[in-house]
Amino acid sequence: MNINNIKKEFPIFNNKVQNNDLVYLDSANSSQKPQLVIDRIYDFYTKEFSNVGRSVHYLAVAATNLYENTRVLVQKYINAKDANEIVFTKGATEAINLVANTFGQNFLKEGDEILLTELEHHSNYVPWHYLRKLKGVNIKFADVNEKGEVTIESIEKNITNKTKIIAITHLSNVTGAILPIKEITKLAHSKNIPVLIDGCQGAPHLKLDMQDIDCDFYAISCHKMYGPTGLGILYAKKKWLEELPPYQGGGGMIREVKKEGITYGDLPNKYEAGTMATAQVIAFGESINFLNKIGINNIEKHESELIKYGEEILRKNNSVKLIGNPKNKGSVLSFTLDGVHPHDIATILDEDGVAIRAGHHCCQILHDKLGLSATARASLGVYNVKEDLDKLNESLNKCKKIFNT
Amino acid sequence: MNLKELYQEIILDHGKNPRNLRKTDNFNKDAKGHNPLCGDKVHVYLKLNENKKVEDISFEGEGCAISMASASIMTDLVKGKEEKEVKEIVSDFLKMIKEKDEIKTNLLKDDEKTKLMCLSGVKQYPMRVKCATLSWHTLTSAIDRSQNEINTENMDI
Repeated sequence: MNINNIKKEFPIFNNKVQNNDLVYLDSANSSQKPQLVIDRIYDFYTKEFSNVGRSVHYLAVAATNLYENTRVLVQKYINAKDANEIVFTKGATEAINLVANTFGQNFLKEGDEILLTELEHHSNYVPWHYLRKLKGVNIKFADVNEKGEVTIESIEKNITNKTKIIAITHLSNVTGAILPIKEITKLAHSKNIPVLIDGCQGAPHLKLDMQDIDCDFYAISCHKMYGPTGLGILYAKKKWLEELPPYQGGGGMIREVKKEGITYGDLPNKYEAGTMATAQVIAFGESINFLNKIGINNIEKHESELIKYGEEILRKNNSVKLIGNPKNKGSVLSFTLDGVHPHDIATILDEDGVAIRAGHHCCQILHDKLGLSATARASLGVYNVKEDLDKLNESLNKCKKIFNT
Repeated sequence: MNLKELYQEIILDHGKNPRNLRKTDNFNKDAKGHNPLCGDKVHVYLKLNENKKVEDISFEGEGCAISMASASIMTDLVKGKEEKEVKEIVSDFLKMIKEKDEIKTNLLKDDEKTKLMCLSGVKQYPMRVKCATLSWHTLTSAIDRSQNEINTENMDI
């Protein structure tokens, strides 16, 4: 599968949006879906549907096998040691909530510290915030520097003997900074502190190797990875999944239920209570196949060339101010335009079929630090080409014209 | 959809040079408004005299051209009006944005109605309606002191 011709795999680009060709620059929000992922959902419901893991009839067994097959595909894709280290959730948000909740229950007490960074998306702050009230823990934030990065020094400076877990993003959804997660994990482990990585933006764009990174937890959002909505993945080292308590109770996660007490099922069932997003899981297998067919190295190369090109043309545009200039940058271009508010930019661009996002991108802590209430963000996916960024720049010039700046 | 209808000259002018963007001295009513989706914030200050007439109105805040222009035009139009009249104008404006095309109230002169009608372009942009209505809801809240902070997520429009 050639990445330069990949747009044709995505049917959304065959249709006009308000009479325009779609220039989709909002993949950090959610990615578009390839035809084979869409078809897989249709086929499963049309020809193969059954609930998984319960019944012994033919369709149930087949559906269970397909469901478990995705688990193995994911395991291989992220190079986890064991397929049972892959837990399906309703999203990356739930994956982080699962860890915050269960880890908090078992290991946190009053006065303990959780270390986050100022780059975190609300989904990697709010779940930890609950523990302030529940457990009396304190939350610290490693600073972001003027380049929009969080350095290992900034992490190290904030570690104390009370730090019980470090939860950080892999790739900032605003500045695009790629954090040195392997080094941070090594540092944390030298002090016996586990590490959770919010991989929402990292997973769709970067090569993942859980055994090499050695992090304890890694949260993935499947809909940002050319997969269906309603599905996320928690990678967690087996020792944690065995040690931590279940998150939600219900069918499918138990071994034995008596009036006097309950024993829980083995991994991964222990964390997958109730009927799961079966069709989405099975279709996500096709997303992994799709990524494998292109090759993550090709994706990294393609997107890094595009980001460089985007930065280059936006820098030439004197009215544009790029937000963040990290050394290692991936997949997002956040910016402001002199004299035009990001929401007005987004509305005017939309008129040309250019879809971007404007606002605080669920990162209010970072925007407060930047002294901005909102920014505009163009974010990339495999299907983007240089012409998309040219079109972005052209439409930004139209904003300047309308606002006479 | 028509961008020219949304970004009319008068909107761009008020958006760029908002009138009454300051804090009224000795204000006796105020309220804050917030649109958490886009981060727009507004703080409306009112000084009502003993006859409940708006002696001064001002606002502080930041936001897009639509929200700034809407707040600016609003403060211009309700100055000198009585509290009851202000409420009538607010409700007429919200009705215009929501359903009707015209401003019906007799409390405004024709040229003032025309100014308000310039904001009607947002109707074609559902995501932007809240930008236009934020300061108006906040004004109502300042008068009623019904809520400490208006949050557009809890509103119809």
